[in-house]
Amino acid sequence: MSRYHDPRGATNDENAHKGLGYGARKHFQGGKLVALAALLVALALLAAFPLLVKRENIVNLGCLVLLYVALASSWNILGGYTGQTNLGHAAFFGLGTLATRLLWRAGTPLWLSLPASGCLAVAFALLIGLPAFRLRGAYFAIGTLALAQILYVTVGNVFPTISALPPKVLASYQLLPRYYLFLGLALFTVATSYFLARSRLGLGMMAVREEEDAAESLGVSALRHKLLALSLSAFLAGLAGGAFAYYHVGYYPQLPFAPVWTFDSVMMAYLGGTGTTIGPVIGAAFFVVVKEFLALRLVDLHQIVFGVLFILVVLFLPGGLVEAWARLQRALARRSQRRGPGLAGSEARSGPAKSE
Amino acid sequence: MLVPLAQNLVSGILVGALYGLAAVGLSLTFGVTKFLNVAHGELLMFGGYASFWVFSLLGVDPFLTLPSTILFLLLIGVLLYKLLFSRMIKLTEEAKVKNTMLIAFGLSLILQNIALRLWTADDRAITTTYSRLALTAFGVRLPVVRLASLVIALVCLLALHLFLQRTYTGKAIRATVEDWAAATLVGIDIHRVYLVSFILGVVLAGVAGALVSVGYSIMPTMGLEWTLIALIVMVLGGLGNIMGTFVGGLILGVTQSATSYFVGGTYREVVGLLIFVLVLVFRPQGLFGTKQG
Repeated sequence: MSRYHDPRGATNDENAHKGLGYGARKHFQGGKLVALAALLVALALLAAFPLLVKRENIVNLGCLVLLYVALASSWNILGGYTGQTNLGHAAFFGLGTLATRLLWRAGTPLWLSLPASGCLAVAFALLIGLPAFRLRGAYFAIGTLALAQILYVTVGNVFPTISALPPKVLASYQLLPRYYLFLGLALFTVATSYFLARSRLGLGMMAVREEEDAAESLGVSALRHKLLALSLSAFLAGLAGGAFAYYHVGYYPQLPFAPVWTFDSVMMAYLGGTGTTIGPVIGAAFFVVVKEFLALRLVDLHQIVFGVLFILVVLFLPGGLVEAWARLQRALARRSQRRGPGLAGSEARSGPAKSE
Repeated sequence: MLVPLAQNLVSGILVGALYGLAAVGLSLTFGVTKFLNVAHGELLMFGGYASFWVFSLLGVDPFLTLPSTILFLLLIGVLLYKLLFSRMIKLTEEAKVKNTMLIAFGLSLILQNIALRLWTADDRAITTTYSRLALTAFGVRLPVVRLASLVIALVCLLALHLFLQRTYTGKAIRATVEDWAAATLVGIDIHRVYLVSFILGVVLAGVAGALVSVGYSIMPTMGLEWTLIALIVMVLGGLGNIMGTFVGGLILGVTQSATSYFVGGTYREVVGLLIFVLVLVFRPQGLFGTKQG
């Protein structure tokens, strides 16, 4: 029942790999090696990307993809794994930008400013966490939206002028270190998300998402897991904000608090597949690249395209692109099974039964 | 000293009536169907532009544009219901709230950008020959247009109240709120109840939007603010409590005006949101609601 409407069918698929039967185990370990090799190649490509592509606008686009990967993945920890739709993510991101911008511009080294950003976001998360988690479901969502709006308006009132980098910094501004900072940020966030999903803590979060009362009855404290997920999500979003503050030449301090940062994060996570590690990454890359492509051709109409896409995903593909891929693979497996039942049959059967 | 304060109070009540009207629609839809239509503010904005269009293209008096605006929003409501929201009926309550919220969120993005395309990002307001007219009582100005809007809002509320109390469909709606399963058992067509409640919500948003475009101004990005206002007032008034919701609107309007007066206009929005969070956390049944299981 819950599988039908909760957009996380893909999680089950992912975990299902661990349950592959005897026939598939050997194949799976080979797959692990291939995956590792692919990961290394991908990392090398990402590291070499700005050196290979010298065009500044493309590197900027790369920065944006990496930033959005971090945002979507950090949102996913609370929104996906733990199932609490947080519509106030922009607040954590914004607080992160605020801390680093103020500290770094005042002369604090970056390696100190960034963690300060994360910590400020966590402090706010803990402050709002206890009252917010008294709310369930949609009330939590609109409650967090309201809290983020409060910060958005207040920051706009307190810091009404544009925050530009000092001329001295501008003169020596280089894109390359910014790109690598974003790369490090994205890798750190995705790695955290990956290991979290495979840890006891992460499993507890998923248990809270699936059935809060049942999880409680098994000794999984819902509040504790929600607070931890919120703090972790906020910390990573705060770091992302810090990186943004280091990257951006000039912006109104209010800008990173705008609800669009939250909405984009939610959209990317859903497009890719919430509750999975890879989903938000795919979603972010897809979102930024397609948006850039459409924005050039359709100007402001690209937002409509994403609105339609998002609705379609919620209605028909609750697991996002990850689920689409899994469905495609299943369809292919079924076809090859029909062709040569002796060969691929055992493998297909060894997977857990699908309720579709 | 006293006059400006009274002026603020009156302004608060006048705008609060529109808040109430906007929220009543959302509250009705949410109370009956559990559809959390966060595109409510965008639908309100569409109502405003519908009136603005008819007024500026055909030169119709803004208050006489209401029927065409209602018709327009009615069509949008039917379309949205048939296309999107009717798919959500069979889900459990929690999933219904969450999924409709997500769908409406996508919808708000679409509507906002359609409006940007059709009507540009400029502020628009309907200005008529009598826009500047105002009654003055004890030094307090009462703009005629806003007074008329208040009257229309009250008429809408009264009509809604009578509809819910006196007609068969109204009774069916109330029965569904009480217990939808029992309502189905006694032969109430749930689908029709859902459809009517959803459309009523959309139409009320449209009327509120039309009134906003006359007394105040509209723009494509106003949606989120009005959705939040409607949510705040809905929570203040308590779910499904029409009079409570309307009073909640007045309270928000007056509080905002008082904030503008004492603290500064830039914090208008903040105070409503603060109240909202506090009420959500400490009194989720609303100010006038009674505790339910």
